[in-house]
Amino acid sequence: MYLSKEEERLLESDNPTVAKAMEILVALGEIYGADRLVEVKSAHISGISYQNIGDAGLEWLESLNAKLRVRTTVNPAGMDVIRWKEMGIDEGFYRKQIRIIKALENMGAEMSLTCTPYYFQKVKKGDHLAWAESNAVIYANSVLGARTNRESGISAIAAGIIGKTPRYGMHVKENRAPNVLVKVRDGERDDAALIGYELGRKLDYDEIPLVELPRKFSSDELKLMGAAMAATGNKAIFHVKDQTPEWNEFEIPGKKIEVSVEDKESCEPDLIALGCPHLSAEELLAIGKMLQGKKVKKELWLFTSRALAEKQKKLVESIERSSAKVFCDTCMVVSPATENFECVMVNSGKALEYLPKLRKVRAVFGSMEECINAALS
Amino acid sequence: MLKYIAQVLEGDYLRFKARVISRGDAEGEAIVSKNSFSFLGDVDAETGIVTSGDIKGESISGKIFIFPSGRGSTVGTYVLMRMRKAGTAPKAIINMESEAIVAIGAIIAEIPLLDMPEVDVLRAVKSGDIVRVHAGKEGWIEIR
Repeated sequence: MYLSKEEERLLESDNPTVAKAMEILVALGEIYGADRLVEVKSAHISGISYQNIGDAGLEWLESLNAKLRVRTTVNPAGMDVIRWKEMGIDEGFYRKQIRIIKALENMGAEMSLTCTPYYFQKVKKGDHLAWAESNAVIYANSVLGARTNRESGISAIAAGIIGKTPRYGMHVKENRAPNVLVKVRDGERDDAALIGYELGRKLDYDEIPLVELPRKFSSDELKLMGAAMAATGNKAIFHVKDQTPEWNEFEIPGKKIEVSVEDKESCEPDLIALGCPHLSAEELLAIGKMLQGKKVKKELWLFTSRALAEKQKKLVESIERSSAKVFCDTCMVVSPATENFECVMVNSGKALEYLPKLRKVRAVFGSMEECINAALS
Repeated sequence: MLKYIAQVLEGDYLRFKARVISRGDAEGEAIVSKNSFSFLGDVDAETGIVTSGDIKGESISGKIFIFPSGRGSTVGTYVLMRMRKAGTAPKAIINMESEAIVAIGAIIAEIPLLDMPEVDVLRAVKSGDIVRVHAGKEGWIEIR
């Protein structure tokens, strides 16, 4: 990989954090065959929850001593930083989680604590980014037409410190071309999350789909579809015919497959959780309408970013009058709080995939409407 | 290969080039596995004892650990850090072809890592051989 004189100097930097960050970018560039580094508009760091990274991750973050050079946002933590007690989080966890947050803050990261950074910054088609968090990556590439690989938490920090990322994979136009045409069969269900879930499972690791959908999906639905596909199939990009920004910039793939939504396992939920990925303003509003003047009979937890909850204070208050809880900074997938339940109902294919694996709880799928109805009855 | 054999016959050390992934120098006893390796699941970080595969039961701590490539979860990155702190980390790693998880783990744990050696290290080196590793601007491996 070509390095400029200045980039070579950073490898020998007196600041070990900067030198290491550069070493990481060069190593990745060599391994994946990048030709050079490219400047990024922003970075987004995953691996924020103490539940996921533990003491080793915490200590590494605290050892870093450099400022981030580009705007850098961070993923959800393991708890709502204000209402953690209400979630059933213990004091020991709280302290460790706060240390992680402080370490990132010291580097100049923005304490967004959300998996939906795309709601809070202008991302343009063709922008180079260094984002970790699989749903944000697939949304940025597919729905916004920006360019980012699936970074790890550590490589995203390295990119944030240097302000660059190695140019390979999703940064190169031709690597973004679809190579399989997918027709989604008309069936009883057409939930975006379930379609994404199936696609991720069906596609080979190197397949990029051009999807023909039964109807036009909203951006919230594309979010749910991508998040699921990234969770079950490690996908970084998809295209949707007539919808996504790059769908007609490549040849239509010759290979064709059909997918349909299949029935999932079922259980009786003791928690209903929405907001994986974090709820958008539109989703929050739709939930608010469904809950208006009603009381929930089961635990209903809604997850969104603090930035959005603060902007929509009235709406959040109105939702909470139904006894539903709106938590910020975290979600059902990364918080240990979910482990206090046995069966969680979700409208997210990503949560459906990860809850049994990461939180050791059962998960059952329902559309947003079905989830709200389950909470009310 | 003939050139190397000739060097050995003349009493020189067998030295070959490799690509630098994580910088540093090390010398020690080799431990060679022919399996791909995940630091999350294939090793007990507290002891450095391998828990599965063809070198199950053997220790990688303080050794030059040679295996084809890494695999598995990104959380594995932090395991190398934990091993380094516990004093159970390998002295250096040599891969045929590195991937991101082990590469980044080695960099943050300050463990030298080389890959793409110009000879097949999995055959050229045997467990117990003494190996020297240099990973700076250039990278090489020496079998002593």
